[in-house]
Amino acid sequence: MRNAWWKVLTVVLLIYSVVMGLLGTVPRLAILNETIRNLYFHVPMWFGMTIILFASVVYSVLYLRKPSDRLDVWAYQTARTGIVLAVLGLATGSVWARFTWGTWWTSDPRLNGAAVAVLIYGAYLVLRSSIVDEQQRARISAVYNIFAFCAAIPLLFILPRLTDSLHPGAGGNPGFSQYDLDNNMRLVFYPAVIGWTLLGVWITNVSARLTFVKHKLYEKQLA
Amino acid sequence: MQLLREIWYLMQKDFRLEWRQRSALNGMLLYVGSTVYVCYLSFVRGGQLPAPAWNALLWIILLFTAINGVAKSFLQESRGRLLYYYTLARPEAVILAKIAYNTLLLLGLGLVAFGAYALILGNPVQDVPRFTLVVALGAVGFATSLTLISGIAAKAANSNTLMPVLGFPVVIPILLQLIKAAKNALDGLDASPQPLYMLMGLSLLVVAVSYLLYPFLWRT
Repeated sequence: MRNAWWKVLTVVLLIYSVVMGLLGTVPRLAILNETIRNLYFHVPMWFGMTIILFASVVYSVLYLRKPSDRLDVWAYQTARTGIVLAVLGLATGSVWARFTWGTWWTSDPRLNGAAVAVLIYGAYLVLRSSIVDEQQRARISAVYNIFAFCAAIPLLFILPRLTDSLHPGAGGNPGFSQYDLDNNMRLVFYPAVIGWTLLGVWITNVSARLTFVKHKLYEKQLA
Repeated sequence: MQLLREIWYLMQKDFRLEWRQRSALNGMLLYVGSTVYVCYLSFVRGGQLPAPAWNALLWIILLFTAINGVAKSFLQESRGRLLYYYTLARPEAVILAKIAYNTLLLLGLGLVAFGAYALILGNPVQDVPRFTLVVALGAVGFATSLTLISGIAAKAANSNTLMPVLGFPVVIPILLQLIKAAKNALDGLDASPQPLYMLMGLSLLVVAVSYLLYPFLWRT
């Protein structure tokens, strides 16, 4: 129970951010109107995804420095959780776009970057499933994970800033910046970021432990 | 210095191999030629393609040529031969030599493809020198980003399907910049070099990452 405090924190933060996100007061902005509440759901999911995928790359780097089965499992499970969060982020963004832009999807640099990032990690899963030998799979997928992350960073964080984008926060559209994210919104936004990230950690933790148990059972059967 | 010498010898070896069994090289040239001609048959037939479509089609041809050209760079190496290299040269030299060789190969193929394409489908490019420069940078970008991918794919079971699957997401940032730069050169209007700098930056980044990561890959 003593190690469970962060799980309690996750639940509290998520309930707080969902309730306050839906009921709290938000500034009235043209075009955005009530959809500005998506800031409490969509943006924290992408933040959480970035943090979780970064953790995955860190695990891959650690694996290459000092190979171990556990590190490989962690890298794999964090990548999977990252994909779940990315899909959630795409879905919430798509619903939001339907009500503010009038379309589910447009060809926008930021949207394309997000879609390609999801493709990269899909390719990571395909690569893992196509190598049989365990050690070889661990090493090769670690190499691809680092390579793909380095290729995805310009896609997500640099390229969209260089061009005009419809997405809030770029090209003069209202969004995540100092003058329109007022302090009431920060009070809900930051807890939401921490909450979604911790939820990702939690999911990863459960699935990684499940994998370890499976490995143990398998070893027992062999013995 | 030692590293440069090793790269030089490995590149020479690759060129010599390519020249001795010309079937692969001829195959790639024929591939370029027939794709361009298929595009001609299916799209043009009396009338110039609109410029954006012309541009997109050219880059699709170049992308698939690059993937086919680079894919064989590690697949053609037998296990024994790779082991032999590792006794002679360091892994950094192997990957850098492959990147350099693929760059030159794609440079040649890309220029041939552009020439054939412009000849058969008409040439709407306003600023030809700049467009050629973009094609050359494209060859560099494709070669750098796909070489490590081909090394990874060669290790896996179904490497022929895996190569495009792994390669596409990594190539897309480069491809987006390329199409933008090419469109600028095509219209001959916006001469800002920003996409070109972006391309060089991306290529450098990818080369650096390949250099760091390949030593971990070759041991398997």
